[in-house]
Amino acid sequence: MLNRKLADELFEKALKYSTADETEAHIASTSYSLTRFANNTIHQNMAEEDLNLSVRAAVDHRTARATTNRLDDTSIREVCEAAQALARLQRPDEEMLRMPGGQTYRSVERCDPETAELGPRARAETVKQVIERAEKDQLTAAGVFSSGKVAQAIYNSRGLRAFHEESVSEFSVTMLSDTGSGWAKKTGQRYQTLDPLGLAGRAASKALRSREPKEIQPGRYTVILEPSAVMDMLGFMLLDFGGLAVLEQRSCLTGREKQKVFGGNIQIGDDVYHPSQSGAPFDGEGIPRHRVRLVENGVVENLVYARHTAHKMGKEPTGHGFPLPNEMGEAPLNIVMEGGRGTVEEMIRSTERGLLLTRLWYIREVDPYQKILTGMTRDGTFFIENGEIQYGVKNLRFNQSLIEMLNHVEMMSAPQRAAGEESIEMVVPAMKVVDFNFSSTTKF
Amino acid sequence: MKEIAQSALETARVRGATYADARVMDIRQRFISTKNGQAAQVRESQSVGLGIRVIAEGAWGFASTEDLTRASADAAAAKAVEIAKASALCKKHDVNLAPEQRVVDQWQGPCRIDPFSVPVSTCLDLMLKVDAELCRVEGVTLAECAMDFRHIDQLFISSMGSEIRQVKTQTGAGYSATSFAGNEIQRRSFPNSFGGQYQTRGYELIEELDLVGNAPRIAEEAAALHACDQCPAGVMDIILGGSQLGLQIHESVGHPIELDRVLGDEANYAGMSFLTLEKLNLLQYASEIVNVVADATVSHGPGLGTFAYDDEGVPAQCTPVIKDGRFVGYLSSRESAASIGQPRSSGAMRAECWNRIPLIRMTNVSLLPGNWRLEDLIADTQEAIFMETNRSWSIDDRRYNFQFGTEVGWEIKNGKKTRMLKNPSYGGITTEFWNSCDAICGPGEWTLWGTPNCGKGQPMQTMGTGHGAAPARFRTVQVGVAYQQ
Repeated sequence: MLNRKLADELFEKALKYSTADETEAHIASTSYSLTRFANNTIHQNMAEEDLNLSVRAAVDHRTARATTNRLDDTSIREVCEAAQALARLQRPDEEMLRMPGGQTYRSVERCDPETAELGPRARAETVKQVIERAEKDQLTAAGVFSSGKVAQAIYNSRGLRAFHEESVSEFSVTMLSDTGSGWAKKTGQRYQTLDPLGLAGRAASKALRSREPKEIQPGRYTVILEPSAVMDMLGFMLLDFGGLAVLEQRSCLTGREKQKVFGGNIQIGDDVYHPSQSGAPFDGEGIPRHRVRLVENGVVENLVYARHTAHKMGKEPTGHGFPLPNEMGEAPLNIVMEGGRGTVEEMIRSTERGLLLTRLWYIREVDPYQKILTGMTRDGTFFIENGEIQYGVKNLRFNQSLIEMLNHVEMMSAPQRAAGEESIEMVVPAMKVVDFNFSSTTKF
Repeated sequence: MKEIAQSALETARVRGATYADARVMDIRQRFISTKNGQAAQVRESQSVGLGIRVIAEGAWGFASTEDLTRASADAAAAKAVEIAKASALCKKHDVNLAPEQRVVDQWQGPCRIDPFSVPVSTCLDLMLKVDAELCRVEGVTLAECAMDFRHIDQLFISSMGSEIRQVKTQTGAGYSATSFAGNEIQRRSFPNSFGGQYQTRGYELIEELDLVGNAPRIAEEAAALHACDQCPAGVMDIILGGSQLGLQIHESVGHPIELDRVLGDEANYAGMSFLTLEKLNLLQYASEIVNVVADATVSHGPGLGTFAYDDEGVPAQCTPVIKDGRFVGYLSSRESAASIGQPRSSGAMRAECWNRIPLIRMTNVSLLPGNWRLEDLIADTQEAIFMETNRSWSIDDRRYNFQFGTEVGWEIKNGKKTRMLKNPSYGGITTEFWNSCDAICGPGEWTLWGTPNCGKGQPMQTMGTGHGAAPARFRTVQVGVAYQQ
């Protein structure tokens, strides 16, 4: 497993073999285990260990990267030579910046030793309890319980030294009844906060309540999106907030900066330092991440900028760049959205006719500028009438502009760390949205 | 490496494993891309490691390491057994595997020109020529081109005494022209979107694609789409181009036939399947002209699902999936085949890398060609939309309700391809859609397309799959619904 001492040693070796003008090393390690269950049994159960060195060489305004997980001296020399050789084959890019020098980072403690070391037996015993919970209600459980630790270092020949380590854990569960299903998921740096039995109970309750789902006509409905559904939709806009995406006119925010694009109640920021967020306090080039207010009162106030994008656009880098070289530029990866004072229960009580959506599935972008997204509801879709959940409904396909959706938000809960399957974790509220567009139904 | 892998198997046996297999993989990748006249990415990577899968106390365990020393491999084996014993805490019955023969063999995939032997500068020169052609067209605001090469050297050994070495090369290339104007972003791609065309072969694929020759047309179409009429909405006939039909097969045939989905193993993430066991040999999946196979053999072509043995050491096979419209076969593993009483696995277990367990994955799931020529098919069509090159794809978690968007459409009227249309989309229910197929083009228009980005499993694994397809016609399909707001 990577630590600062090992990172120092590996970088010193890389530097010894590199003859590039400038040299950058990304060193990363993974120690990760995942216990997977389905049909009330553990059917897959794995562990992995990996450590790799990725060298970027800059030679006369040209750059390239080579990566290896073979860390003997010969392999390190070869990876350095490969990066240099690949760089030399290119045409010079006069706009290419020198590598950044040393930076100062805010301390972010995100490593829990117990989570990093959690063993297969402890995970299996928890899964056993969850399966017993399922069997109590004649349900079938499927899901994952994972834990481990990742570490990364970015060093360069101009004195930059960045290091971060973080423990990771996840519990997700789908409960299946004969004709219904429910789902719940939580992730975090400490497995002790996951509450697998609580998640199992929630998924079980939805599985039981969604039995014998009824088919409803597609059309526009008021919907209550649980936080997982909100974040999976919002994830399709992350790249649009990149400065380079706007510069290259591939962003839906092209021509919409400083304009009121969303409803006045929408506030979106990026904040890696938020206590419910994850990740390193630096970007792919080692630049410190800054908090950025992206949307204020519905107005697109700021974008994020990698160093080279900032240089092109006359801005300050915000610390959101991807490792170089890359095509995409940058993106905010630590979304924190402000919410409101409502609760999901209050949203349901205030809804005359609508739908509660637990989870969305297979979301894809239909139109990149209108930001129309399509996808399906999944594992807990309920019809609400007169302020109460009435029954489960067969899943529906939506075709909905995300921009329009964020103009139709009537109520929000307090934000919370949410996890889905279509995007990365965010801190977002549950939302009540009017006029959400469903175009067809499916068979279950 | 063989000695280290064998040592790991022995450690697993001593620790209590009743079955074990080990894969040592050495994966090299080179990725080169250009954007608006400049190199965007030039990178290479190498990943080597060992993964060992065991059955102990009747349950599965898997562990992997990048450190290819005997000590680390033995430690991974011991860890795998420890994990298996933990799995056994929750078992309902012991794992049972369908029988398989011991195999000792070596195989080298098709590759005439090693792409790693082609100078990067040659690749960049070709891509920058494409880029120049794309950027020459007024209205193109972003030109992107990429090449992707992979060399995979894999040794599989098992406690049954199997020892299989497979070496294969995969090559991919493609480009896109993006045009932003007014309040619209339009894009055209060649030869396919989302990375282009991929096959299990060498640089000869790129030489055959005529990347430069097609660039002016692609750029002009991207810029022209803004002024086109919107694709109409309603129930109408459609003809799908080959690459779009390849993805349609992937989503609405390839995934439903994965037996692990059918049995519920993927219920928490990738989803299940409507193809429940009682439907085998009974369900009229498609019209009688539709024949689909899952064929991993070299004789089917150099697809991303072509190999000699899967990652359980099962020989590559051609599995009939839809015969004369009837559903007749699943993709299976040794365990899943045994669990439904089938005598043998269909040989579809594949792992993304040395650090992942094998899962049931599509091989080359292909629609066999019919006998139409495309120009005759168009001439035979009174009114329809011809849709080409995927732009969006989505399907529910049991694979009934799908919706696709394509980059471009053409109106067909009175047997002629007429005006270009923007923002085409169509959707439906899988079996209803396939039963509406009434014409499939012939071998001359059949291409074995590659899908390099199929995601499945937890932790997520990305796999390349192959899909042979020729343009085909479907009657009375719901069109344009994606834009009906």
